[in-house]
Amino acid sequence: MRPFTYERAADLGAALAAGTVPEAARQHIRPEVQYLAGGTTLLDLMKIDVMHPERVLDIRPDAAAQPVIRSEEGGLWLSAVASMAQAAEHPAVRRDYPVLAQALQQAASAQLRNMATLGGNVLQRTRCHYFRDTAFPCNKRQPGSGCSAIGGVTRLLAVLGVSEHCIASYPGDFAQALIALDAEVEVLAPEGPRRFPFSQLHRLPGDTPEIETTLRPGELITGFHVPTLPWARRSLYLKVRDRESYAFALASAAVALDLRDGVVHEARIGLGGVAAAPWRAHEAEMVLQGQELTEACAGQAAEAAFAGAVAHDDNAFKPELGRRTLVRALMQAAAMEP
Amino acid sequence: MNGDDHRLQLDPRVTLLDALREELGLTGAKKGCDHGQCGACTVLVDGRRELSCLILAASAEGREITTIEGLAAAEGVLHPMQQAFIDQDAFQCGYCTPGQIVSAVSCVQEGHAGSDAEIREYMSGNLCRCAAYPKIVAAIRQARPQMERG
Repeated sequence: MRPFTYERAADLGAALAAGTVPEAARQHIRPEVQYLAGGTTLLDLMKIDVMHPERVLDIRPDAAAQPVIRSEEGGLWLSAVASMAQAAEHPAVRRDYPVLAQALQQAASAQLRNMATLGGNVLQRTRCHYFRDTAFPCNKRQPGSGCSAIGGVTRLLAVLGVSEHCIASYPGDFAQALIALDAEVEVLAPEGPRRFPFSQLHRLPGDTPEIETTLRPGELITGFHVPTLPWARRSLYLKVRDRESYAFALASAAVALDLRDGVVHEARIGLGGVAAAPWRAHEAEMVLQGQELTEACAGQAAEAAFAGAVAHDDNAFKPELGRRTLVRALMQAAAMEP
Repeated sequence: MNGDDHRLQLDPRVTLLDALREELGLTGAKKGCDHGQCGACTVLVDGRRELSCLILAASAEGREITTIEGLAAAEGVLHPMQQAFIDQDAFQCGYCTPGQIVSAVSCVQEGHAGSDAEIREYMSGNLCRCAAYPKIVAAIRQARPQMERG
């Protein structure tokens, strides 16, 4: 690891004051200051020299501070510094939003879920091999240097939302559930807090894959608001991977169904392991709306979800795996007795 | 640290794992991958299992750390999980074993050792390249009732 200074922030306001730096060119690529919470992404990437902040601001709450998960007006509030394990085990999360609890529980390992925070989880970086290996050109790590993944090993990489500059996949699970549930994210900014749809947090790569979110330098996620959705009790997360546990998704589906007498009143679908950012499959949702949920109908929705897929060599299996994953998830959700 | 206070002056880059091994002589926690992928460095932080290779020693200030060296009772009686790993022959080379045992203690305490399938799922963060997995599951099954009896 390269040298850095370590500071512990007294509270989030102090962290913001210390972490906000003038917006400068290349700020998103090599931020001087990084917030440290669970550390499971940051320290890993600092050890392999992909991230090299000059200052590390520790915002992890001390042991006495109880991270908050609580009901609030119109839904549930999940504090950004709650651990993945705390959220996955929380009774209200498990009861009212099975898709959230399952997405968290199927991610990482028990140790990592104890460490990693929700805020850090949604900001985790891609597992693209070429992003993680500084010997290779990578537009995300070094803008303009080229994409080594195109023409390289692409098994884990994305087929939706990709560009000619970057095909890295967004690796997370929790975000797929948040996007399916129309969650909002709250951010502490220098001019005060602001809340906006979670679907607006991440950016697709386009020709600036180095800019992954709409956060400005120094802005800090403080939590997530998940709206009340009584029918979300009929929801689940299905994750397909190379080994049964402790692996990133090859394809995953977060689904919630408002099913009335076998007919889809409303469907919500998030897709993981296949896209460049947390992915909401609106086209598939529209196919299902008002239809009787049969396997054929689910298949049509899955076709719509992957209509725009762009595969590269190794990951040519992904549109089909993604479609089958979605069909199975929909049929399993339909069979639930919430 | 295992019930004792330690004051260390360290470079900010030092991880908790390196502080344990290089500064405090506690070499039970092992450096396997050093990237949070193998579980060999698992320790308890404020009673929860975490990976000491991905924690800066500086941010462990004020936390209660328990390593494999801190599990046995003071008079040298092994923790039921340690004894179970011996009884069930739950290792071959032994390198991953301290991490496995610390993680297994947590697995039981969290209430995730109800069935073999649940044990396998909640122990998936600890890799064993000798593949002693069936016996690790057997050891956890043996220790669970003893731990629950206290």
